[in-house]
Amino acid sequence: MNRVAQAPALDSQIPAAPEQDRQALLEIRDLTKRFSLSGDFLEQLRFKGGKLVRKQEFVHAINGVSLDIQRGEALCVVGESGCGKSTVARVVMGLLSPSGGEIRYDGARIDSLSSRQLLPYRKRMQMIFQNPYASLNPRMTIQQTLEEPLRLHHPDWDRQKVRDKVEEVMASVGIAPDWGKRFGHEFSGGQRQRIAIARALAVDPEFIVADEPISALDVSIQAQVLNLLMDAQRDRHLTYLFITHDLAVVEHFGTRVAVMYLGTVCEIAPTATLFATPRHPYTQALMSAIPKLEDDRPQHIRLSGEVPTPVNLPSGCVFHARCPHANERCRIEIPRLIAKEDGSQVACHAVEEGRL
Amino acid sequence: MSTYASPTPTRWARFRDSYFLYSFKRTWSAQLCLAIFVSLVIIAFLAPWLAPTDPYDLRQIDILASELPPFWIAGADEMYMLGTDAQGRDLLSIILYGTRVSLIIGFGAVLLQALLGVTFGLLAGYLGGRVDALLMRLADIQLSFSTLMVAIVVGAIVKATLGSSFYSEYAVLMLILIIGLAEWPQYARTVRASVLAERSKEYVDAARVMGLGSRRIMFRHVLPNTLSPVFVISTVQIANAIISEAALSFLGLGMPETHPSLGSLIKSGFDYIQSGSWWITLIPGVVLVVLVLTINLLGDWVRDVMNPRLYKG
Repeated sequence: MNRVAQAPALDSQIPAAPEQDRQALLEIRDLTKRFSLSGDFLEQLRFKGGKLVRKQEFVHAINGVSLDIQRGEALCVVGESGCGKSTVARVVMGLLSPSGGEIRYDGARIDSLSSRQLLPYRKRMQMIFQNPYASLNPRMTIQQTLEEPLRLHHPDWDRQKVRDKVEEVMASVGIAPDWGKRFGHEFSGGQRQRIAIARALAVDPEFIVADEPISALDVSIQAQVLNLLMDAQRDRHLTYLFITHDLAVVEHFGTRVAVMYLGTVCEIAPTATLFATPRHPYTQALMSAIPKLEDDRPQHIRLSGEVPTPVNLPSGCVFHARCPHANERCRIEIPRLIAKEDGSQVACHAVEEGRL
Repeated sequence: MSTYASPTPTRWARFRDSYFLYSFKRTWSAQLCLAIFVSLVIIAFLAPWLAPTDPYDLRQIDILASELPPFWIAGADEMYMLGTDAQGRDLLSIILYGTRVSLIIGFGAVLLQALLGVTFGLLAGYLGGRVDALLMRLADIQLSFSTLMVAIVVGAIVKATLGSSFYSEYAVLMLILIIGLAEWPQYARTVRASVLAERSKEYVDAARVMGLGSRRIMFRHVLPNTLSPVFVISTVQIANAIISEAALSFLGLGMPETHPSLGSLIKSGFDYIQSGSWWITLIPGVVLVVLVLTINLLGDWVRDVMNPRLYKG
């Protein structure tokens, strides 16, 4: 896609702080997030062999994810259900607090800030949710929904200015201004998602986390909403963290792609590179699963077994039990992301050793 | 075309165009209930001017005129339309005054319950964790005392420390306090349950991502979406409060005989039901039933109207 080439051009359009062009807008370092399964303290106590022991179990949703998101790019995160991609989005937005690791936004750490300290960042980063049927407050009119972020972040604006801004943002996502007095449930899924996008755009953010924004929509509407997001990126110089499981969307939309498996990133690469030469065995299997028109006898890579449970993580590489190229080292040592000359990063011992 | 260019409609204009009024005009049961309820409330609160006699004034009570039947039964005195009770008080007047007392206690107690219960339920459901555990255990403890027990304890303490004349004087306030404190967990639990359901929805996440504070999210976003069950239980709770008050009065813990509520009227007539003076119990009983029924039916209608999903979409 030519979007790869566009990304640096967008960078150069941002006038402020030219030396920061090299610096990623969002840096995620060794992020971990685990959820306790064991309930409160009393529920953790068990009798075992005549002794009272405390037993805690965790779902390891994210295990050491490191990502850089450059200004102006659209980083897509793909992976199957339960691989932790939505959790990454929620931790980045501060909806969940991380169990470990760092998140830096524009060079400043944001993972341990209080909600008050986060407020200036809320204006710069916004989120679009998966389900447009649940992401609009059913008791608020569209006008109220769109005015709320503006009133919060611009307390000095008068009524007219807020209304003008709402009208502008409604026009930019293609919804008529006279929808304002209606309620969310009066609209279809695609219209609601436009409203949700308008709400996110209302505060003029520079970074948007989109958590599967089109997967709840009708296929005929998906392209419209996707185009709307791409137009918004072009017009407003947005940076996206785009969570999806739809590889066709990734190919169309993404500047770079991060493939996640069981809470870890196994490969990050520019979209074209990833689709042309997937390196990680899991990515290869994923790519081979895309139905193609040209071949009538598809060469699927069939993975054996199931995704292991994130409660008891496998040792070493999380993929080793299903990987056709796994050896002893894969069972013991956790692979790190290693940069390749074509701009991709792969976390695989076999790729590192040149076995693959 | 644009709504912003036109001047903001007045409150009245907005009400006139609202679905609330539209639905009201088309629901005959709501109209009937509202008519009955409003007239009961008006009559009850205008009792000092409407009632033929003042039942609180001992000089107007004639003990010789006790247990007179209502006007349609032979032996009635036309001065007492609905007859008299065992003390010779005009039943119509005493019912009007009693309805007023019952209404004040019912609404007052429910207001207190709702205030405590909604606040605690919202905090417990939204904040979760320790706050939730603490408030819900408190609710459990509260529920393990029955209303009667709270009434007995509070009544005993107040009577012992401040004297029983003080208790009779402030009986209405006492009953509001007792019933309000005894039943707030009903609200807290209902509200908490719906807050838990609402909290996991994405619009709450969206509000958090926007940067709104917990208080604003709780009261502006979550609370309005949990109000339907609050309305529904409010109607049940008003009925419950009025009936709790009647039960307490029946045991001598509620309104004193000199300032009876509908409950104490039913109770005072209960002793005479066997001797043929059924009207002393039955007429206040009918008033109580009508009152509770209209409140419940109105509550049902309001619940339907307040949910925009039921009428639009």
